[in-house]
Amino acid sequence: MNERARGNSILGMWIFIATEIVFFGVLLLSYAIYRWAYPYGFAEASGHTQLLKGTLNTAVLLTSSLTMALAVREASTGRPGKAQSVWLLATAALGAAFLVIKGFEYRAEFAEHLVPGPGFVYPGPLRGQVEIFFKLYFTLTGIHAIHLTIGCLLVLWCARAARAPIEGVGLYWHFVDLVWIFLYPLIYLVKRCG
Amino acid sequence: MKAYLFVFAALMALLGATLGLAFLDLGALNLVAALAIAAAKAALVLLFFMHLRESDGLAWIAVGAGLTWVAILFGLTFVDYGSRPSPRAPVTEIVGPLPGALGESPSDAAPVK
Repeated sequence: MNERARGNSILGMWIFIATEIVFFGVLLLSYAIYRWAYPYGFAEASGHTQLLKGTLNTAVLLTSSLTMALAVREASTGRPGKAQSVWLLATAALGAAFLVIKGFEYRAEFAEHLVPGPGFVYPGPLRGQVEIFFKLYFTLTGIHAIHLTIGCLLVLWCARAARAPIEGVGLYWHFVDLVWIFLYPLIYLVKRCG
Repeated sequence: MKAYLFVFAALMALLGATLGLAFLDLGALNLVAALAIAAAKAALVLLFFMHLRESDGLAWIAVGAGLTWVAILFGLTFVDYGSRPSPRAPVTEIVGPLPGALGESPSDAAPVK
């Protein structure tokens, strides 16, 4: 890729990220409205999320951003070698680890009947509000997981093809990490005290 | 390499901080602290991992445009909701529209038949 094409691909990714900011902004707005309306239901529901798995997953994604940044750094030296592939494969592996942990989390929630729909079972008067929290939870984390799956595939493509736009893929990867940085406190830390 | 490791260490420290703070009862400040820490982490990732610090104005315009529209979205929405009576008690089962809609407050909302 020549210098101009490289600059264009990076700018294109930044513009795509701007649209993604608005896309997730709308989802977070619906979360904010319901949390404003039902603070007690959301506090109670958040207590039923898997804090350990969520925190571990945050650490996994932050680490994957580090390995991705190191892979892009290798590419910028102009003579990417084995180290770049190693960092890229580590990034994809950490992304896959996130999805596996998330899968165990979903399984636990399924077993506790917290998945909204006909199977949703929750005792107490705040049942409807807790169900709304979990609807938002599955929508937000589900869409995030789809983004991460695409990211893993793009990273593997970069590891295979020397001509892949690794800087743009890196920006996408970091953006998916950014989304999770905001989801983490909004899902797991609504009320953990008292 | 060294700068990246430093940023990574800061991100992990902030993760520990947000987790620890969540277990302290700070009232409304819990949410403020959690969002402030998330914003700090986001700034670190944007500026260093995504190289926004060294990039030209175009990347800043793209990020700024996205954030501006989200700010308008949240701003106008909460100008509306903020002017309605806020929910006070742990209201019971949801049966109708959001509290405050149709001029009702949750305390005097009539049960839906």
